[in-house]
Amino acid sequence: MKLHAMSEPTIRTYHELAEGDRSGMAVQVGEQRERVRARLAAVRHLLPVTSGKGGVGKSFVSACLAAALRTLGHTTGLLDADLNGASARRLLGVPPGQLVMKEGAVVPPESRGGVKLMSIDLLLGDEMPIEWREPESESFVWRGAQERGVVREFLADVEWGDLDFLIIDLPPGAQRLADVMELVGEVAGCLVVTIPSAASKSAVERAVKSALGRGAPLLGMIENMSTYACGECGTSGPLFAGAAGSELAATFGVPLLSRVPFDPRAASLADEGEVETLLEDTAAGEALRDLASAVAGILETDSGGRP
Amino acid sequence: MKFLCVDCDAQMEFEDRQLPGDGTLAALFRCPSCDRLVGMLTNPMETQLVSSLGIKIGGRGVPEQPLETTRGSITSGRPDAFADDEPAAEPATGLAGEPARQGPVAWSAEATTRLEAVPRFVRGMVKRIYTDYAKENGIAEITPDIMDRARSDLGLEGM
Repeated sequence: MKLHAMSEPTIRTYHELAEGDRSGMAVQVGEQRERVRARLAAVRHLLPVTSGKGGVGKSFVSACLAAALRTLGHTTGLLDADLNGASARRLLGVPPGQLVMKEGAVVPPESRGGVKLMSIDLLLGDEMPIEWREPESESFVWRGAQERGVVREFLADVEWGDLDFLIIDLPPGAQRLADVMELVGEVAGCLVVTIPSAASKSAVERAVKSALGRGAPLLGMIENMSTYACGECGTSGPLFAGAAGSELAATFGVPLLSRVPFDPRAASLADEGEVETLLEDTAAGEALRDLASAVAGILETDSGGRP
Repeated sequence: MKFLCVDCDAQMEFEDRQLPGDGTLAALFRCPSCDRLVGMLTNPMETQLVSSLGIKIGGRGVPEQPLETTRGSITSGRPDAFADDEPAAEPATGLAGEPARQGPVAWSAEATTRLEAVPRFVRGMVKRIYTDYAKENGIAEITPDIMDRARSDLGLEGM
């Protein structure tokens, strides 16, 4: 025991105790991170899809990009990290079957096109929200940690196998990206989705600054609902005022990778889980296929992936 | 988290963990020098916060199951979401008390009834955890008492 000038006892601090944490918590946290890294060792490119704004179509872009990369011949997975707005299962047309365990991991179901998927939507009852075991009255304390834990297990406990791309569809805001970055260590680059409006530009700009502050590299911007494309007559025009995609790309010095038109037929096909048809037969699909080619081109000619 | 016996200036060692079933947790730490015991008591909110991190105070007794924290925390899970139900109770072999069993572990009728009360969403995983615990501890048959012991030893809040 140390004594200070007033002769009051001063206890040693945490870091002054040389021995490890005997409650075992620090060791377990280290093991959790090691499990994530081991599981993702055969994933070449981790691609978080993020935005600062809800309703811009992150999930639509994520699912279509995953399917488009697969059609280019790349092995691809999609992790739906938007736990409270999960939609990737429906977009990819994956039925809510039973998850199978194999060698201590969950075997991810695949879309018809061959995209591996993990989503909370595969676990929940029909149209059920996530309900946690503990009372809602104190959920502000633990909910964030609980959701982060689910994403950690989706990364660590799913047999992703050898993948060229694992796309991570994040919820609005920057916090979940920070969680993922902390868990995986590094990512190939973030894809940022916006719509053309000034309101979206403002919200997305804040989120991108937050992401950059946490060391997340940016791959490029995607402007969704860039124009309105009529699937019947072929005409197109602006849907929102503004040019947030190109303006944000210029602000952050990254390419505007795609301007995806809003196409009612594409929206219907996405709702029906017909993403492969969407990619083949719609103007939005053409833009998304070009996006996949651009992303693959940048990353496959770049560093060759994660070490 | 570390505990220090101030009188001895010695780091205390984890001794035991108890889950009364009301969402609270009690962990005991012992001073290796003077044997003094200190109890750390957490309220349900604190217990849930630790649980949500996917860690067990005092360490893990058996390997972590896939999606263990997720399955153990969600109450709105689809009953048939996982195809991992274990086969029905198997005949016991070996004697209680022997170290790590290789053979099958039996379930008593009472333990089976108790297991059937566990929601299907999580039942297969819970059964595997108890079975792993029995094998690790050389237990031939799982009874409600063994389940209680495992629950406390492994920190299985809500299982």
